[in-house]
Amino acid sequence: MEALSLLQWLIDGLIGIGLLWLAWRALFCPELFKAIVLFIAFGLLMTLAWVRLKAPDVALAEVAIGAGLTGALLLSSWAKLRDFDANKGMGVREKNRVQSEQKTKRPFFHWLSATPVLLMAVGLGYGVLQLSPYATGLSTAVAENLDASGVSNPVTAVLLNFRAYDTLLEIAVLLLALIGIWSLEIRPSVREATLDPVLDLLARLLTPLLLLVSAYLLWVGAHASGGAFQAGSVLGAAGVLLILAGWRLPLSLAGLPLRITLVVGLSTFIAVAVLMMLDRGQLLAFPPSQASLIIFVLETTATLSIAAILAALFLGSRPDHSEKI
Amino acid sequence: MSIAVLYALVGIGLFCLGVYALMIHAHLLRKILALNIMGSGVFMVLLALAGRTEIMPDPVPAAMVITGIVVAVSATAFALALMLKISAVTGRAELNDEEEK
Amino acid sequence: MTLSDYLSVLFLLAGAVFFLAGTVGLLRFPDVYTRLHALTKADNVGLGLIVIGLAMQAESYASVGKLLLIWLLVLLAGSSISHLIAKKALQKGVRMWRR
Repeated sequence: MEALSLLQWLIDGLIGIGLLWLAWRALFCPELFKAIVLFIAFGLLMTLAWVRLKAPDVALAEVAIGAGLTGALLLSSWAKLRDFDANKGMGVREKNRVQSEQKTKRPFFHWLSATPVLLMAVGLGYGVLQLSPYATGLSTAVAENLDASGVSNPVTAVLLNFRAYDTLLEIAVLLLALIGIWSLEIRPSVREATLDPVLDLLARLLTPLLLLVSAYLLWVGAHASGGAFQAGSVLGAAGVLLILAGWRLPLSLAGLPLRITLVVGLSTFIAVAVLMMLDRGQLLAFPPSQASLIIFVLETTATLSIAAILAALFLGSRPDHSEKI
Repeated sequence: MSIAVLYALVGIGLFCLGVYALMIHAHLLRKILALNIMGSGVFMVLLALAGRTEIMPDPVPAAMVITGIVVAVSATAFALALMLKISAVTGRAELNDEEEK
Repeated sequence: MTLSDYLSVLFLLAGAVFFLAGTVGLLRFPDVYTRLHALTKADNVGLGLIVIGLAMQAESYASVGKLLLIWLLVLLAGSSISHLIAKKALQKGVRMWRR
């Protein structure tokens, strides 16, 4: 028993040091491209930490969104930024670009900002060490009411029943981010997708599998780790893969059908909320007998919307405008 | 010191590293990276402190962190789009400081 | 410990050795092509051995299937991405290392 706990300490210590070191390198590495790759590695190590903290649901979301999609977004923005520079002819001086990537404030300012940050770190650390080593939080309350929630995975129960308004607003935030990006009217990326037979084959093989995995995650979320966000992000990743392989949404689908898919999650949520308000007088308070069905409907539509929004966030420009320019 | 405290301290470290990098870097993409690492630090503190139980870890912070991860990715995507717009308009992926005028 | 436990320890250790060798190669090899070579060894063989080691401890055939699926997916993704990286490197004119 003693040896095992020593081993556990070793693993947790290594993960912790690795995380801090990777974060340091990702933040202060001279090359921006390297910094982004290190950030993706940081996300993957973060996933291991979530598993160690017994939060497999968070680990799934982190690996799909935190490491995967954020990484893809950062890399594609980095490439677009480089293309801007190259198009303008001012970035031909590679040195210039590297300098601007490394530029920091004046050295005096480094010390000025390091001091309060260090003080804050000490204060926060002291605060954490003062906390009592045991706290049950709300886990007993969740466990007691789990039967009435309609699902047996406590995290899904919290996300879609006890605190369903969090999820409602979260889908609204996703949609808002997309509306914001679309209203910026960014030029669609000029670069042609490199048509590569291997990438094409990979996309063809993986897309059906990702569909299946997404459906599995959606279904399994009711009683084990998984759920709408994980399923939606896997489905969105399939969309990103297809976009990378050169596929574009057919114009006939890029208008109304796409917009309906984007908003179906949020509108179903709002409709259910209003119905519950009229029926039971409380926002999103599901009757226990129907909760299972309601959560299923909410999760399915939310999955579709999340996937469509994430893929559209990655594409950046409006799919129905890209042809005109 | 328990494993929860260890990870909470790591989370604080990540958050502070992120704050420092956010303040000293000029390039906007680096600022976005720093914000993401700050967010990861906050999530880590939340989840580490949720694990201070004998039975199952508290599911409420876990659900909040999942929500947070999705909000973080939407904010990142929007920030990146703004950065591209700024870079297209001003030619530099930085914000203008007063001192440079 | 039963025989299958010893066997799975053996496989896991062998897999770890491959990962260690692959990582050393990734850090020490001279150019991108040889580094990719080292990396795919770790991914393909090392992960394969670890999957075999874990499959012996699995409780049901369903989890064995999932483990095998993970291995196949990593094989597919690893080989495709190595190809893409190597192709891009060739296009950019990264020279191959010569002694």
